[in-house]
Amino acid sequence: MKRASFLGHIAWTGAGIAFVLGADGLVHAADASPGQFSFVQISDSHIGYAGPANTDVRATLEQTVEAINALPVQPAFVIHTGDVTHVSKMTEFDDARTILSRLRAPLLAIPGEHDVIGAQGLPRFAAAFGRRDAAGRGWSSWDQGGIHFVALINVGEGETMGVLGSEQLAWLEKDLAARTADTPIVIFGHVPLFAVAPEWGWTTADGTKAIALLRRFSSATVLNGHIHQIVEHQDGAIRFATARATAFPQAAPGTPGAKPGPLAVAPGSLLGVLGYRTVEVAAGASWQDISLAQG
Amino acid sequence: MKALLAAVALAAFLPAGAVRAAAPPTTVHIRNDAFFPASLTVKAGETVTFINDDDDAHTATADDNSWDSEGLTQGQSWSHRFAKAGKVTYHCTVHPFMHGALVVKSAR
Repeated sequence: MKRASFLGHIAWTGAGIAFVLGADGLVHAADASPGQFSFVQISDSHIGYAGPANTDVRATLEQTVEAINALPVQPAFVIHTGDVTHVSKMTEFDDARTILSRLRAPLLAIPGEHDVIGAQGLPRFAAAFGRRDAAGRGWSSWDQGGIHFVALINVGEGETMGVLGSEQLAWLEKDLAARTADTPIVIFGHVPLFAVAPEWGWTTADGTKAIALLRRFSSATVLNGHIHQIVEHQDGAIRFATARATAFPQAAPGTPGAKPGPLAVAPGSLLGVLGYRTVEVAAGASWQDISLAQG
Repeated sequence: MKALLAAVALAAFLPAGAVRAAAPPTTVHIRNDAFFPASLTVKAGETVTFINDDDDAHTATADDNSWDSEGLTQGQSWSHRFAKAGKVTYHCTVHPFMHGALVVKSAR
């Protein structure tokens, strides 16, 4: 992010957040300040993919883990927002778990559609990463650092991808109803809750119902993966951001002639479009997306 | 060619199952996020092979979940024998906008 736009982002996210200017000239969120609550989001590692878009997805995930482990203050947790594997094979889950187990911070993971392929996908995912599981169905919520976190599952419901379903929505309504309007809310899910590109499967069919439940909160942040690039969106007091992948980029939504899927970029520029996100939470959440080229 | 003719001639004297196995393969290619052909007609008892030509992963999964190729990466294929007559619709679980149909006609 360029400095000017990042400063604009500060104004947008509100007061109460400290920033530091790094030796590299980049403005960093204050992930070096002890006492500040922070977490990290990573996404879309597609362990098992090998092709022109990335010939070594394990190496780029390893590089991501090393960069997070080198943060001056470790995050409270690292959340992987899905598509840990490419086609839900046991060997892919094993490889991913081996690499991610090297994280110094605790790991949470929610599945993407690539992690729930076939009858064995979801059981393998659960065996590899366990699940916080308040409802017995995989979705969950918890309170940490003064924030109410919710991890949703919006893949794996038969023919439809990007759907929460009435059972999960009913649980979410009850879960959020117990929170005061000034509680900062952070929601995780794999597929974006808002319509980024429905024709590419980049939306959650019943996402508007979840969004409606967030409207009464003074600060709500929705963080997703799935589209392998950063798209930010604001709807009232609700802020949305999709994350970069650790595996490969995809075309920008609406690119003429493009389709979703692995996108090969020029040699030497791959690390610049892969990365992770550090998130600080003070009055509200603010985030910084760091490419692997930056470290 | 002679060998093929001999095989066909021999097949005529084999049990019905063996004749079916010798029928030309019926293939659906998965290419550019679509099934080709999108609709395919086969005879009951024939085997259909799904081949993924794309760099992206795909599945061929019956809408009623009665069969599932599971994840196919580029160059991988999966075959399934369709025993019963009827129309079967299917999709790709990682690309829900991809749909295909198989019309299985009675072998008689």
